Amino acid sequence: MTGQDALFEYLLRLSDNALILGHRLSEWCGHSPALEEDLALSNVALDLIGQTQLWLSLAGEVEGKGRDADKLAYLRDARDFRNVLLVEQPNGDFALTMARQFFFDAWHYLLLRELKGSKDARIAEIAAKGLKEVTYHLERSRDWVLRLGDGTEESHRRMQTAIDDLWMYTGELFESDEVDQAMAREGIGADLAALHEPWLGLVRATAEEATLTLPQPGWAQRGGKRGIHSEHLGYILADLQFLQRAYPNATW
Amino acid sequence: MAGSLTQPDLNQVRAWLGEVPDPEVPAVSVMDLGIVRDVRWDDDELVVSITPTYSGCPATSVITLDIESALRMKGIDRLRVERRLSPPWTTDWISEDGRRKLEAYGIAPPAESAGDGPSPFDRFLRKPLTIACPRCKSENTARVSEFGSTPCKAQYQCRDCLEPFDYFKCI
Repeated sequence: MTGQDALFEYLLRLSDNALILGHRLSEWCGHSPALEEDLALSNVALDLIGQTQLWLSLAGEVEGKGRDADKLAYLRDARDFRNVLLVEQPNGDFALTMARQFFFDAWHYLLLRELKGSKDARIAEIAAKGLKEVTYHLERSRDWVLRLGDGTEESHRRMQTAIDDLWMYTGELFESDEVDQAMAREGIGADLAALHEPWLGLVRATAEEATLTLPQPGWAQRGGKRGIHSEHLGYILADLQFLQRAYPNATW
Repeated sequence: MAGSLTQPDLNQVRAWLGEVPDPEVPAVSVMDLGIVRDVRWDDDELVVSITPTYSGCPATSVITLDIESALRMKGIDRLRVERRLSPPWTTDWISEDGRRKLEAYGIAPPAESAGDGPSPFDRFLRKPLTIACPRCKSENTARVSEFGSTPCKAQYQCRDCLEPFDYFKCI
């Protein structure tokens, strides 16, 4: 794999995480438990899709085969998506959505903070822009984990179940393969393993304050970064890509 | 013909841009918000650099269009609007005038300087900010939601006059 190929792969991972989670959140639009939450989830989705556009445009530029952000988003198959499994998990109830968000936001925050110092100026500037938005996302999702965890018996039960169900998808966030390692070595990407300690620190402190119990470390589901996805991604893409697949090059 | 012999002065161009309203918060102009980062002549072409407030802000493309049509109306034919991402937009760039206009419009302006932004890890520990009601100026207000009608705002309500209002959040 050449340096350019590795960089393209790396950028796809960054963009696909934002794209798939942004799409998942947009599924709440019109269905949230309260109007304010509907607006908030849609706004977070909007931030993530905006970040996707920046990452995917850069990916297309690096690839140099004439694929722009739209082509990369709408015309790749599931095996070519590089998002982690966590972000493609179904929305479930509001607790599951917010637990998924909190796990992702805390990691995303730490990752972008590192990438802000990337030697690749194009990556550094997108990360700096995204970091401001993600900082806000993290405050909100953490707040919901606290409110639901330390809320009523029902909300506590739901948040605890969400954390238990999603825990096995968090391990993949910190695993490095040859692409991650090559990017980290060149000072372009981040050392993912080094993000684990601060991430766990925040998650642990939050769980404690929210009267929640973190599961024991165990089996980690993995594969998304290599294109091995859960059954859910195909359904997301069917929804996301339908228009461009059915009516190629349609514009509005 | 117009503008081909004498290029309008850049201060004049900035003044024109000061009349282009933000499409989502029309009380303030794109200059007030600090979205316009640079105006310059590149030979006989006018280049306007703008920066998005939020990555996904849908107003960004409308802003480009509004700037282009406003300047064409003033007779500038050769024109390019380019996007600049770095340094990222901050609410610190909203002018004093812009803050006053926001408040008069019923939107509470950002309550603090964004600076480098404290890490959320520290921020969780500090007291929430006091946001004054733009209508009655009472500081007895509560946050309803972290997000409002656009990505750049949060929803608050005044506990004294009961007015719900938008707060232009700080980034």
